[in-house]
Amino acid sequence: MLAKRVIPCMDVKDGRVVKGVNFVNLRDAGDPIELAQRYDEERADEVIFLDITATSDDRATTVELASRASEQLHLPYCVGGGFRSVADIRTMIAAGADKVSVNSAAVANPELITSAAAAFGSQAILCAIDAKHVAGAGDKWEVYVHGGRVATGIDAVAWAREAARRGAGEILLTSMDRDGSREGFDCALTRAVARAVDIPVIASGGVGKLEHFAQGILEGEADAVLAASVFHFGELSVRQVKEHMRAQGIPVRL
Amino acid sequence: MAPRIAVVDYHKGNLKSVERGLAAAGGKVCVTDNPVAIAQADAVVLPGVGAFADAAATMAALGQTDVIRRRIADGVPFLGICLGMHLLFEEGVEGAPDEDDEASSRNAHGLAVLPGVVTKMPRVDAKGLTYKIPHVGWNTVVPPTCQPTEPLDAANFPPLLFAGIAPGEYFYFTHGYIAPSGPFVIGETTHSVAFPSAVQYGDVAFGVQFHPEKSSDAGAQLLRNFVSIVKGA
Repeated sequence: MLAKRVIPCMDVKDGRVVKGVNFVNLRDAGDPIELAQRYDEERADEVIFLDITATSDDRATTVELASRASEQLHLPYCVGGGFRSVADIRTMIAAGADKVSVNSAAVANPELITSAAAAFGSQAILCAIDAKHVAGAGDKWEVYVHGGRVATGIDAVAWAREAARRGAGEILLTSMDRDGSREGFDCALTRAVARAVDIPVIASGGVGKLEHFAQGILEGEADAVLAASVFHFGELSVRQVKEHMRAQGIPVRL
Repeated sequence: MAPRIAVVDYHKGNLKSVERGLAAAGGKVCVTDNPVAIAQADAVVLPGVGAFADAAATMAALGQTDVIRRRIADGVPFLGICLGMHLLFEEGVEGAPDEDDEASSRNAHGLAVLPGVVTKMPRVDAKGLTYKIPHVGWNTVVPPTCQPTEPLDAANFPPLLFAGIAPGEYFYFTHGYIAPSGPFVIGETTHSVAFPSAVQYGDVAFGVQFHPEKSSDAGAQLLRNFVSIVKGA
C-alpha cells in the first residue's frame, strides 16, 4: 500500500536555506543539501526546495543546487519557485530535479501546466496553490499569487480541478490563513480540494504540533503533509511525526 | 579492481543519481551511449527515463539493443530500473499508437529477454475502487508468494539482489505502466493491482520497477547487492 508522505520544505535564497535553521550537529545549517540529508536520515519521503529568490538572475544558483542534489541525495526532491516557461523547467529537470512546482506563472498561463506535463510527464509537475478563505462565504477559498500578495478572484477548488485536468501530477496546497499560525492545517480546504481532484494533494501551512500531521491525512484527506519550521528548529523530527501517524493507523514508511 | 559498470545513456534524461548511487555502492561507473563500451563493461545498467516506444527507438538507432541483449544472454550482470525493467520484455504499449490495446500489432518492441507486454496500470481495482495513476511514492515490495493476508515473515526474498532487505520494505516508485507476471517475478507490489516490482532472468539479470537510487537506505542496500553480484560474476 502506498505510504502517506511527510515532506520537509526549505525556503532557499541565493543557494542558502532561510527562515532560520536551528539544528545541532550540522556543519553548516544553511546548506540545503546537508539539511536534506539530515531529513533523509530521519525518514523524510521527499524534500522540497522552494526558491524564493525573486529575480531570474539568480536562477543559476538554484540550478546548481538541483544538480548537487541529484548527486548527493538518495531521495526524490522537488524544486519550486520562479518557473515561467517550459524552457525554465527543462533546465531544472536536466539538472536532475525529480519534480518542479509551478504557482503564479501557471495561474497567469495555465497552458504552462499542459505543455510541461506533456514534455516531462505528470509525475514531474506539481501545481502549488496558495489559498485564502473568503470571509463570510462558507466553504470557499480564493487563489493568491506572487507569494500571497495578489488576490486573483479564482476559486481554489476550481483551479485545482483545472490544474489536474491539464496534467499536473500533484497539488501542493497552502492555506494562507493557517501558514505560520501553528494552529494546524485548514482541513476543510484540504478536504475540499482532495475530493475535487484525482491526483495527490499535499497539505501545507499551519503545523504547530504532532497531532496536526495525522489530522491533515485523516480529516483533510491529504496524501502527504508538508512542514518547514517545526522541522528546521528541531521541535519535531520527521521520525517522531511518522511514529505518531503510524500509531493513528496511517501507513507510513519508517 | 572495481568492476566497470556501464550505465546506458539513451539520451532521455539525467542519469547522475543512478551513476552516483552505483558509485557509492562500490562500482566503477561509466555513463555511455557507445555500444562498444557496453560490450566491454563488466555489468550493464539500463536506467529508467522517458517512454517505452521512444526509448526503444533511440536504443535501436544508437545500436544498443542487440549488444545489451547479447550481454544478458552471455550471463553478464544486468540491472534494469523502471523503464529499464520494462524494456526487458517483448513489447510495450507506452508511447505506441494503441496504448489501450495490449494485443495491438503496433506495440513497441523491447529486448524480448522476458515474455509478455508492458501495459497501462488499471485505474480501478477488482472491487471498483479508483486509484491515482501514475503510481508515485513509497510502496512496499514483498516476495511474490507472499499474500497480503500472510505475515511477512512467512516468506522471504530470494537471496542476491534483496540480501539484507526485509520483505515489506518501502521503495520509491514513479510509473504508470506495469510488467506482465510470470515465474520470473521475485518481488511484488500492490496498488490498483498486484504487479511485478522485481524480476530476474537467469542468475544475474534483474529488473526493478522502483528507483533504488531514490530509495534511501533500502535502495542503497540493493545497489550494493548488485555491485556484489557484479564482483562475484
